[in-house]
Amino acid sequence: MINLHWLYVLAGAVFAGFALGSARDETNAKRWGNAAFWLLLTVSFWFGDYVGDIGNGVLVLAIVAIAGFHLIGRGSKQSATPRERQESSARRGNWLFLPALLIPFTAFVGTLLFNYTPLKGLNLIDPKAVTLVLLGCGVIIALVVSYAWLRPPLLAAIDEGSRLMNGVGWAAVLPQMLASLGVIFAAAGVGTTIGSIVGAIIPQGSMFLAVLLYALGMVVFTMIMGNAFAAFPVMATAIGIPILIHADGGNPAVIGAVGMLAGFCGTLMTPMAANFNIVPAALLELKDQNGVIRAQVPTALAMLAANILILYVAGFHL
Amino acid sequence: MIDYWPLLGIALVVAGFAVRFNPLLVVAVAAIVTGLLGHMPFMKVLATLGHGFNENRYVTIIWIILPVVGLLERYGLQERARALIGGIRGATAGRLLIVYLAVRQILSALGLTTVAGHPQTVRPLIAPMVVAAAEKQHGELDEETVERVKAMSAATDNVGLFFGEDIFLAIASILLIQGSLASFGIQLTPFQLSVWAIPSAICAFLIHGTRLLLLDRRLGRHR
Repeated sequence: MINLHWLYVLAGAVFAGFALGSARDETNAKRWGNAAFWLLLTVSFWFGDYVGDIGNGVLVLAIVAIAGFHLIGRGSKQSATPRERQESSARRGNWLFLPALLIPFTAFVGTLLFNYTPLKGLNLIDPKAVTLVLLGCGVIIALVVSYAWLRPPLLAAIDEGSRLMNGVGWAAVLPQMLASLGVIFAAAGVGTTIGSIVGAIIPQGSMFLAVLLYALGMVVFTMIMGNAFAAFPVMATAIGIPILIHADGGNPAVIGAVGMLAGFCGTLMTPMAANFNIVPAALLELKDQNGVIRAQVPTALAMLAANILILYVAGFHL
Repeated sequence: MIDYWPLLGIALVVAGFAVRFNPLLVVAVAAIVTGLLGHMPFMKVLATLGHGFNENRYVTIIWIILPVVGLLERYGLQERARALIGGIRGATAGRLLIVYLAVRQILSALGLTTVAGHPQTVRPLIAPMVVAAAEKQHGELDEETVERVKAMSAATDNVGLFFGEDIFLAIASILLIQGSLASFGIQLTPFQLSVWAIPSAICAFLIHGTRLLLLDRRLGRHR
């Protein structure tokens, strides 16, 4: 059965490629720092299960030290001039989209195959890893097709991949670091503390204020933790279930579903949700690290108001 | 007596991000401080941090897509995306993003969340198309406008994902809601929950769609 470990082997190899590509870029004054950074991720993917928790902890500190002491930079190497790209684009036409679309297409077809056909019962892929395995398959297929068609120099994919990877830089590891921070927060009891604070300030007698506090609590706690999943059990236990459902008789399906969606409004407004907010800013080469959040705040606030209204009306008056 | 000291870790994160220290450093320091204030010995904190990092490696796998994206960019993928939009009459940044918003919401509602995303679709396809459409509407764009249009492309992907995925029955958040309520003796099926994601999905399309139309108006005005 194909499980996550196969993917970790693949990912480790790709990061080793990024390390090699970074080392080859003489236009980057800090290229050895970049190479070391990506090589440490290879170590994590390949050997993370064998070096123990302390070993992984030391690995994390090393990764953080390289980024924290500004030992990584980015080069200015351009493999193709704008003119060459323009010509290639004109010559090859819309076929250029094909390899790029092979990745989502593989995910699409694969998800359908493994969820709705007898393939599901064969246990070819670990169910927990299906989406990532399909991503890996899509990448391999797209690479093979691109090499067969475009015939680039052997190391082109590594060089080009490193160019983009070094553009993202340390932000690439931030989501994983924040997930680790969440583990520490849970171990230190941050969630229960916040739940008890919120539980202590519940207004008496006003259903609307209780709804408001529940939704705002979801937003604020989500912004702190970076995802609504950590916030939901805490807020449901503090307000959602005892006050809104049991005491005020709210519809549990609405309180649950829309409460989570109120939390998603918080996800749109926090740098802690790095993979949605900080990483795309780096990936799109925005000057402002918080540019994506700025673009989302008006939508998030309007959606918060909408969700509070839905909670109040559908939860108690339908 | 509740111990409030571990909350200092949160304050550290907020302060560290605000003064723009390297976020990796901020998060690592906050993690260690929070653990120590939560009465964990240092070696235990280090082990918990390492364990958490190792268990969450799957979050970082997405970057294996970059060699493909980079290779295709070398052969003119972004230029092609621009040329394609240049040839479609009536294509505007706002309309393009409204279509993408609808597609992203529908695909997510069908459980196909990883079909699109920032590395998969926004960087190589959507952002260059939207910038090209904005150039058609507006003429030469200043840097601030390019930033705004790109940021709006990423924002549209997020809004479409967040307010579409919960309509799908087997998504992690729906299962989490079901589990949390079940532990208090409230039994609900995923269908009963996911149906209540639909009103918010419609609101999200209307609200964000309106903002995208306003983006078009702003782009057209300076012509």
